[in-house]
Amino acid sequence: MINENSGIRKSDVINRRMFIISAAKIVILVGIVARLFSLQINENKKYLTLSDKNRIREWKLPPTRGNIVDYFGNIIAGNLKVYQLHIIPEQVENFNYLLLRLKTLLNLSEKKIQKIIKLKNKLKPWDSIIVSENLSWSQFLKVNNFLYDLVGVKPVMTISRNYPFSDVYTHVLGYVSQPNQEEIIENEIVKERFVPGMKIGKLGLEKTLEKYLIGTNAIQRYEVNAYGKRINQLEYQKGLQGSKIRLTLDTEVQKLSAKLLDNKAGSISVMDIFTGDIIAMYSSPSYDPNLFLFGISHDEWELIRNNPLKPLINKTLSGLYSPGSTIKPIVALSALENNIINPNFKVKCTGKTELYGQTFHCWKEKGHGFVSLRNAMKQSCDTYFYEVARLLGVDRLNITAKKFGLGKKVLGDYFDNEKQGLFPNTSWKRNNLERGWVLGETLITGIGQGYTQTTPLQLCLMTAQIANGGYKIKPKIIVNNNPLTIEEAKKAMELQLFKSPNAKLFNDQKNIKIVQEAMFSSTNEKYGTSYSSRIDDPKYQFAGKTGTAQVKRISKRERELDLKLEEIPYNDRDHALYVAYGPYKKPRYALSIIVEHGGSGSKAAAPMAKELFKLIIDRNEMRNKQSNFEEVDV
Amino acid sequence: MIQRDRLNSDLSFIQKVKELDYVLLISILILSFVSLTVMYSTDGGEILYHTKSHFSKLAIFFPLMIIIAFFNIKYWHTFAYLFYLIIILLLVWVSFFGIKSSGSQRWMDLYFFVLQPSELMKISLILCLAKYYHRIKIENVNSFMAIIFVLTIILIPTIFVVSQPDLGTSVLIALSGLIVLWLGGVRVKYFIFSLITFLISLPFIISFLKPYQKLRILTFLDPDRDPLGAGYQIIQSKIAIGSGGLDGKGFLKGTQSYLDFLPEKHTDFIFTLFSEEFGFIGSIGLLILYVIIIIRIIHIGSISRSNFSKLFCFGFAFSIFIYIVVNLSMVLGLLPIVGSPLPIMSYGGSSMLATMIGFGIVLSAKVNHKQTIA
Repeated sequence: MINENSGIRKSDVINRRMFIISAAKIVILVGIVARLFSLQINENKKYLTLSDKNRIREWKLPPTRGNIVDYFGNIIAGNLKVYQLHIIPEQVENFNYLLLRLKTLLNLSEKKIQKIIKLKNKLKPWDSIIVSENLSWSQFLKVNNFLYDLVGVKPVMTISRNYPFSDVYTHVLGYVSQPNQEEIIENEIVKERFVPGMKIGKLGLEKTLEKYLIGTNAIQRYEVNAYGKRINQLEYQKGLQGSKIRLTLDTEVQKLSAKLLDNKAGSISVMDIFTGDIIAMYSSPSYDPNLFLFGISHDEWELIRNNPLKPLINKTLSGLYSPGSTIKPIVALSALENNIINPNFKVKCTGKTELYGQTFHCWKEKGHGFVSLRNAMKQSCDTYFYEVARLLGVDRLNITAKKFGLGKKVLGDYFDNEKQGLFPNTSWKRNNLERGWVLGETLITGIGQGYTQTTPLQLCLMTAQIANGGYKIKPKIIVNNNPLTIEEAKKAMELQLFKSPNAKLFNDQKNIKIVQEAMFSSTNEKYGTSYSSRIDDPKYQFAGKTGTAQVKRISKRERELDLKLEEIPYNDRDHALYVAYGPYKKPRYALSIIVEHGGSGSKAAAPMAKELFKLIIDRNEMRNKQSNFEEVDV
Repeated sequence: MIQRDRLNSDLSFIQKVKELDYVLLISILILSFVSLTVMYSTDGGEILYHTKSHFSKLAIFFPLMIIIAFFNIKYWHTFAYLFYLIIILLLVWVSFFGIKSSGSQRWMDLYFFVLQPSELMKISLILCLAKYYHRIKIENVNSFMAIIFVLTIILIPTIFVVSQPDLGTSVLIALSGLIVLWLGGVRVKYFIFSLITFLISLPFIISFLKPYQKLRILTFLDPDRDPLGAGYQIIQSKIAIGSGGLDGKGFLKGTQSYLDFLPEKHTDFIFTLFSEEFGFIGSIGLLILYVIIIIRIIHIGSISRSNFSKLFCFGFAFSIFIYIVVNLSMVLGLLPIVGSPLPIMSYGGSSMLATMIGFGIVLSAKVNHKQTIA
């Protein structure tokens, strides 16, 4: 009973105390519910985002580059399906066996095998290893045939850059290849879109137009687990191919240029004299840009690098040459414009001129006798131009030369390897060589030797601007949105005259005409230096000026020896140059040809112009008719 | 004595069945079913190892609970000290011969079952202290000897479990013991004094913690200090729960769990998975289920005539509550990560065994609630 009594009292204590902790429990429970509410209701969005960030991962695929087409829409840089072989290590049952099988199937080298093993140890087991970037069709078939035996191997079809005309466009287009670390960091767009296996432009337009050509990545969204393994694909977002870019170039002319310069070092440029469209721009020798796509082999690279004709140099834009006699039209024009001479001004050529005890030779040892401007141009008399240059002075000549585009980049931003060249004047020499100008230097500048250095494209532009009547044109290589017809272009050019005084390159257009006629005679009249390369048919008839640029000073002994071309060491031979425009009656195209160490311009360069003009003028009509494509403005 | 015994034997099997608490029983059944469903989800929507194993444990322990319910609660009173001693012996045995796993030694292999004696200690300590306070005169509760005795009863298993080391379980054991002390009538000021003493000595205690335990506390204070290392679990758990939202991501659609972002999803973080898939609504539903169970146990305690039953029911209700609170606070980022399972829901046999024994005793208390124990 005592127990019972105390039990009653005890149970009171127990019940009271239970009540107290129950109250505490409710408070704690409310706290827990509040926390749940704050996480799940208030901050739901935040955590939902974090959860998606956890589970969704994006894989970018290499973007597809835009095509580059020529003026007629032919693809000159396109994309090709390539077959690749990937290994997914986690699916492989026996890695060594697989490698052995692949080695025999694809003739893989021991080095390659070692590389794959290294990669396998570096990568996550679900990351694929690219065994071969470019399988031939037969290899691809072989692999597919043995696929049952090659567990973990995945044949993949993907897209790669392709240059169908091989070496014809290399110096214009450049090529693409895998970017190195610096290139990725430097270029914002490349950095953003980079994925392993992606290739970027390394040179030429492929490089400068990267942002237009690159395209956008296709994106695969995968759900991944905590270890990064892909569980399933959630979304596939197609990428956009890069912009199509249409060039002003004509593949046929480009091909002919390549053929003409085959086995020679040199350059051919052709330009529309009204629109500034570059029709052809070829530097020889060239190389196959397709070699670089999957990494060029050492041997092939050495072959290109060590070629004495220097295929890696874009001679059209970064080759610097003395213009030789091709400068003479500008010298004549400058003298006429400055009223130094008139067309009847005559000089007696005895084969050489003495100045302060120094002898300046004409190319014709016996001399030309009394020559007028027209005759001097026709026969390229050096003595005449020594005298004119002496009277004119280098500074006035420099102004005219600059106006016509010498000593300035022609295409500006499009090619980072384009060189500016040089046309000297007295202050240039003072500033750069810290010596006064010597009159003798004026004389040799007058025949395109000395300090003057020009790129073949500059000479082409110079000729084009003489041919169009002395109007400034802006050379271009990319077709913009609305190309003008030839009439519109002419109109626009004349309209420009009123707006911008710089567009007119002459004071008196008669002077241009005189120079044009002189150039005509040089090609189409007897004793003209390029007479043998003339075309009589007025449809194709062209006017031009030869040039022969010395690469070294000719010693007295050599002059007396009068060696034949073959007897002179290759690197001592003169460069052969030729500038011309046509058709003479209705000028439309200008060109410049340079054959390095080709000897004389009339023998090595001018004959090429004959073939070129035939083709260019034949294709003129087709070019005019070529309608507008859907284009992008670059 | 004769009368009481008669009273007891008076209850026929039919009467016992009638006297069972069906609210509690059905709640436990529902909870078991929910736990199986969630386990099925942790297996990625397949009946794999965890689901099977959890099911077989339920299939054994649920009937065990019913069987216990049919035994008179007085036997638990009679054997409470013995039960306590046996568990103490098991703890001793484990500390010498136990299975080691991830740095701690707390399990014994029974061939068909791996037992964690510390889990059983949670129950046996309550039983032991309930018996003690049932028998002691109320005047003697606050005597020096009595206080020393009960503190020793609590400290012995706590020290063993701390040395395993298993801080979480030892704290829970100590708390279960202390709550019986509170219910038994130990003076409020003692609790207040010891709480103050505890708070003052807290820095001292912390200096005794193992480095990984300190790290857990630091991580709790700022999970972002090492998001991929120590803070990973709690960050991922919060993401999972938070992203569940109002109605959850749907059954078997908890991305955090099936993509393996969630650690320990079978055991300590089972609520996280549940909450991710069933959202706020589901979580509240689960909490209500637990609350019903706890209220029902308290109800049984309050209608019981014997103080032993009362003390056990209240003590057990409180310890269930504490397990739930500690587990939820942990996964919700309110407490440092201490290993503490969610009763019935978490995968793990010993915890379920202990909980089911507890439920069985409570049911027995209900069946015999009119009975007094000498």
